[in-house]
Amino acid sequence: MIVDTNREVNPRRGWRRAGQVTGVALALALTIAGCSSGTKASSSPSTNPPTTSPSQSSSIAASGGPPTEEQACGTKPVTMQAYVETGFPDVIDLMHLFTKQYPNVTWNIRQDQFAVLTQNAPLVLSGPNPPDIMRLPQLSGLVHDHLLKNLDSYYDAYGWSSFPSAQLAQLRMPPSGHPRGSGSLWAMGLNYSLTGVFYNKTLAANIGMTSPPKTLAEFDTLLAKAKAAGLTPIVQFNGGATGGLLFPLQQLMADYGPTDAINDWIFQKPGATIDTPSNLEAVKHLKQWIDNGYFNSDANATDYAKMMSKFEHGEGVFMFDGDWESGNLDKLMPGQVGFFLMPPLKEGDKYAAMSAPLTYGIAATAKHADCAAFFFNWVATNPDARQINVEVGGSNPGGPPNLPIPVKEGTLVAQTLAAGKIIAQENTAMDFIANATGAIYAQAWTPEVQKLFAGQESPEGVLQKVQAAYEQEIKSGA
Amino acid sequence: MIQAVNTATDSAPRRALTTRARHRPSHLGWLFLIPALSVYGIFVLWPILQTIRYSFYSWDGVDKPQWAGLRNFRAVFTDPQLTSTLVHVAELILFFTVIPVGLGLVLAAIMQRVTSRRVTSVARAVLILPQIVPLVAAGIAWSWVLSSSGVVNQVLQAIGLRHITRAWLGDFTTALPSVGLIGAWVLLGLCTVLLSVGMGKIDASLYEAAVLDGAGRIREFFAVTLPSLRNEIAVCVTVTMISALSAFDIVYITTQGGPGNATMVPGLKVYQLAFFNRQVGLASALALVLMVIVILCIMPVQSLSRRSGDE
Repeated sequence: MIVDTNREVNPRRGWRRAGQVTGVALALALTIAGCSSGTKASSSPSTNPPTTSPSQSSSIAASGGPPTEEQACGTKPVTMQAYVETGFPDVIDLMHLFTKQYPNVTWNIRQDQFAVLTQNAPLVLSGPNPPDIMRLPQLSGLVHDHLLKNLDSYYDAYGWSSFPSAQLAQLRMPPSGHPRGSGSLWAMGLNYSLTGVFYNKTLAANIGMTSPPKTLAEFDTLLAKAKAAGLTPIVQFNGGATGGLLFPLQQLMADYGPTDAINDWIFQKPGATIDTPSNLEAVKHLKQWIDNGYFNSDANATDYAKMMSKFEHGEGVFMFDGDWESGNLDKLMPGQVGFFLMPPLKEGDKYAAMSAPLTYGIAATAKHADCAAFFFNWVATNPDARQINVEVGGSNPGGPPNLPIPVKEGTLVAQTLAAGKIIAQENTAMDFIANATGAIYAQAWTPEVQKLFAGQESPEGVLQKVQAAYEQEIKSGA
Repeated sequence: MIQAVNTATDSAPRRALTTRARHRPSHLGWLFLIPALSVYGIFVLWPILQTIRYSFYSWDGVDKPQWAGLRNFRAVFTDPQLTSTLVHVAELILFFTVIPVGLGLVLAAIMQRVTSRRVTSVARAVLILPQIVPLVAAGIAWSWVLSSSGVVNQVLQAIGLRHITRAWLGDFTTALPSVGLIGAWVLLGLCTVLLSVGMGKIDASLYEAAVLDGAGRIREFFAVTLPSLRNEIAVCVTVTMISALSAFDIVYITTQGGPGNATMVPGLKVYQLAFFNRQVGLASALALVLMVIVILCIMPVQSLSRRSGDE
């Protein structure tokens, strides 16, 4: 046998080697796949017993009143898992105050931006260590997937029926997730926001505004005066993935038509539509404002933070925003900012505004659900907690209407809280049209109002496209 | 006969040695490969296999998945919201690939002419800086530069072109080109450095031959420089094309796909579909289609460079 030691590597051998290597890699991958546990798809979702837990019913039977802290949180040290939104120092302050009053309860707080919360919510809630309290984005999908704890038993135990029912309506829905507005309670609000129009007092005086406009026509006149004076009448965000023109649009919709119809659409009541004649009038009016140049010309490139920065630098007379900024504006522009509710179409008509709870829920498999519910009740009823909510958050703490709302007179916060009382009396609070489905804001509303602003979409087109996307998303169960 | 025997006896110990030597390296070879192969298998192959699996279902990420067959793939090719993203990345290729490669060639050729080594090394360092800056930071900085009160508009106003100033990233017609220019800025340095190093490797005698044949600078460039840079150009084109087709960071930071979906790209759409629309199956299908498109675009480029063969 003659061995050829000088021979070259056989190219066919090289191919076989490559094939062997790939084969081993695939085999490894598949083996690891086979060994690992199945995907979430194969594991069944946890069921959520809607009945009261044994400890709950016994404590109610025993004391005859709402559970005490010892009953809800126990006497041993407890670490609560909290997943909250960035930019809300009032929530953090509330948790620290709670620990001061009840030292056995400490908090492990994780903060993220709202967009990240939306993206993480299903995974975090169905994960191994779910949060005891969590800031929640759109609820329907999460309820549909059995990820949230049913709060009906706590509603009864703590007597939340004393809270105005309209406050909690947005948080109610059947286990299927829609239509919202009635059914079991799935979340609570740590406070309740309100929207309207902020104005720069100095610039407003320059254009001769002595008091807030009482009708839409008066507001139009003021906007025209501001434009004629070379000022930017309205500074508003509409850039990126956030179509802020929805704020003035929804206010106009409430001017031209009933708020109930708008809420029905947001709550996904069967047969509800956003494409109505009165809403078309509202979009046309908004288009008029756009064509008259009443908005900052770069609205489509302005995000929320930039809008606040512009307003704080006096680059706009009016701004459509919510009372979550009242505290900030009181600090940064003390005494220079005023607030008024969007004026109605005709004098004497009802005022309306968007008002939403700062939605917080409890994971279905949370370890300290009872303590979390006690915290919710404490936030709404404890006087010190209510003070933090108002002073730091600038928002209405909700809760029983007979409890005082501690506020410093003359501040912007005082103005927005007074406005909130009016809306509560007239019962014209609306949820935000951006919340109708999980994806309607990013998928339909934002691109449409951006196109409307750039003159690339007609008012009819906006409503038609949004309604079409809405119907499609409901069908696919968003 | 004697020779054959001699060869046999001579090669016997050698044969035994080489046989033993041939077996041991191949066992050792597998051992060295296994850690890297495992990582590759777990973090690259396994997710790809899962994505292929998800693309045939309709799934919201938590509930039970429903079989969807080829419905998701059909949607990718018929839904205008999804097909438009593929058109957008095709446009981005113009900015991400053509500009860095074309301008890179010119810059590399210029740097070759410059004799001072200090100037060329400083130039290379400055050009490669965009590659080192994190893409997110670059995106944020560029969104300020391109804003309505940013540097670009300030310069335009100063030279009397006030009427074309605008919010470049918020305007429907200029948003995508603006994103493209940011990408070109990021990739220009990489291509320039690569091509300039490649030019340094070209045999000087080829240039002498060209000059002897009467070629001018331009002719020299097309006849000698360009063909010799075939491999480097192929690498540049491959890297920049992949960058364009799978663009996510730049778009997410500057426009999030807006205004009105004018800058929506498949990478961002997959993210939106999976985490906001909770349509994991459709997102997986779009991701797979994107992967196939990238492979289809890159293969011809790779084969072109391989054809250059015997250099």
